[in-house]
Amino acid sequence: MNLHEYQAKGLFERHQIPIPRGCTAASPQEAHRAAAELGGTRWVVKAQVHAGGRGKAGGVVLVDSPEQVQSAAARLLGSRLVTHQSGPEGLPVDRVLVESPTAIARELYLGVLVDRAARRVAFMASSDGGMDIEQVAAATPERILVTHVDPAAGLQPWQCRRLGFGLGLQGGQIKALAGLMERLYRLFSECDASLVEVNPLVVTEAGELLALDAKINLDDNALSRHPELAALRDLAQEDPRESEARAHELSYISLDGNIGCMVNGAGLAMATMDLVKLHGGAPANFLDVGGGTTAARVAEAFKLILSDPKVSAVLVNIFGGIVRCDLIAEGIIAAVREVHVGVPVVVRLEGTNAAAGLAMLAESRLPIETAASLREAADKVVAAALGGQR
Amino acid sequence: MTPGKGGQTHLDRPVFDTVHDAVRATGADATMIYVPAAFAGDAVLEAADAGIRVIVCITEGIPVLDMLRVKAALAGSESVLIGPNCPGIITPGECKIGIMPGNIHTPGRVGIVSRSGTLTYEAVFQTTNAGLGQSTCIGIGGDPIQGLDFVACLERFEQDPETDGVILVGEIGGGAEEAAAEYIQAHMSKPVVAYIAGVTAPSGKRMGHAGAIITGGKGTAEGKYAALERAGVVTVRSPAEMGSRMAELLAG
Repeated sequence: MNLHEYQAKGLFERHQIPIPRGCTAASPQEAHRAAAELGGTRWVVKAQVHAGGRGKAGGVVLVDSPEQVQSAAARLLGSRLVTHQSGPEGLPVDRVLVESPTAIARELYLGVLVDRAARRVAFMASSDGGMDIEQVAAATPERILVTHVDPAAGLQPWQCRRLGFGLGLQGGQIKALAGLMERLYRLFSECDASLVEVNPLVVTEAGELLALDAKINLDDNALSRHPELAALRDLAQEDPRESEARAHELSYISLDGNIGCMVNGAGLAMATMDLVKLHGGAPANFLDVGGGTTAARVAEAFKLILSDPKVSAVLVNIFGGIVRCDLIAEGIIAAVREVHVGVPVVVRLEGTNAAAGLAMLAESRLPIETAASLREAADKVVAAALGGQR
Repeated sequence: MTPGKGGQTHLDRPVFDTVHDAVRATGADATMIYVPAAFAGDAVLEAADAGIRVIVCITEGIPVLDMLRVKAALAGSESVLIGPNCPGIITPGECKIGIMPGNIHTPGRVGIVSRSGTLTYEAVFQTTNAGLGQSTCIGIGGDPIQGLDFVACLERFEQDPETDGVILVGEIGGGAEEAAAEYIQAHMSKPVVAYIAGVTAPSGKRMGHAGAIITGGKGTAEGKYAALERAGVVTVRSPAEMGSRMAELLAG
């Protein structure tokens, strides 16, 4: 789960990580008031969306009167911001962050993440702050400093010093960075984050360190023990079908194609998408109905797939282990009866109780085509999608 | 083993309060864990402390920082962890510790190692239909941090006299397939067929498994295919061809 910048900065503030002074606003009038409260002569208005690249997309503006703050907020609020990370439809701006500007001497990068290969939490730092860190990593990997934290020992002062000197910090800044890293590590651990990024971490003209931007991704698997963080979820930033799927404990991702896929198991679900593509079709979605599924959940999955107007055929691919194929068949039959299915459905069932499931589908006399193998299923659904274009 | 139910029986087997009690009473040396995610890390460490040698963790959804601490705590332990978020391990005809459908397996000569449960079944089914059968099948799980990895399984298959060839089933995310490619090139004499799921997966989206995500252009299926092909591994682009390709290789 992703947090907004203002939410991440709220967590930073609670952990005494220095951030610019700022207020959020959900209306132009609130933005005007926020500017007046902050005082000064210049303000930054930042659109709050779950995507990077806001500056280049016009989502971050520097203005020099409260009236201009208000008009910038009026322009941004209610619009959709399209950045290189948001997808072509962009993301809705329901809130802006109004901040006092910072006199910047240097822009650095500081990130905390789980390094899968090292099986450690890693700190990454670079002097190339404010840039896309993935591009820095690809083009000039030597400009990225990395240190791994031993989970038993925790973050050690030498690790902070090493990054500090490596970044060219001086005097008290080294100590300031160490404090900031310790607090970031505590935040990371306490929140079960998977990524905390400060890009840029700036050295102000007064020589102080300040988190100018803040990005936090949380581990979905740990949200159940952090209800206060789970409550920060902004559904408006997410695909509505993906949110609906989550409510039914289904794992669903929207794609661009027209063949709906319903599969059990994440690996097989990806493989099914790939197979559809390999046979000349285009998958409309990733959908894993999961282990221990029920007929009711299968029916929900079916409805979800059909709610996508692009879908012109559906492929159900189930290899039953703990999932029983007869339950899947029951769910398909219930769904096809309950919702109007105007597109061809191809079903491949294998594994636990497959024969029983196939028999139920045949007896239902519903317009469901079955396939005996992966290849046959892919060929049939690709052909059906061509014929079933709506 | 279920805390608070010690002394009862389940399926005519005794139930114990602690793993230590179970080991003392029965001499158990393997365990299958499917306790809820919030308690699974604790269960793995309890099993390791009780001296269990093979710990199979089926549980899905364990927080990654929990697994990171568990892995660190297991360092230096004699125990082997398989999973979490996996279907388990099976040597057909001999021993099954897992939740896979046993009836699709048949004793044979192909080793299977996979990050995905149902794709393991797919590979098993195909090798059974091809008349090859399986020596041992290991689901290593779909989480970003897990117990046995591809390389550890490939080492065991290379040494295993019952295994003639290996099917490796990978997916997007992380660098485990790339590490496997390096190992295969340097150390494997047996043929390996690899399939990677997620060629059509979009970047930045977690595809069901906690570990299946392309981040910053890293961990793509194409990158993994390229690494495996550079290492001389036979790859298949269709998940329907894992068994038939292995049959061709073993036929010679």
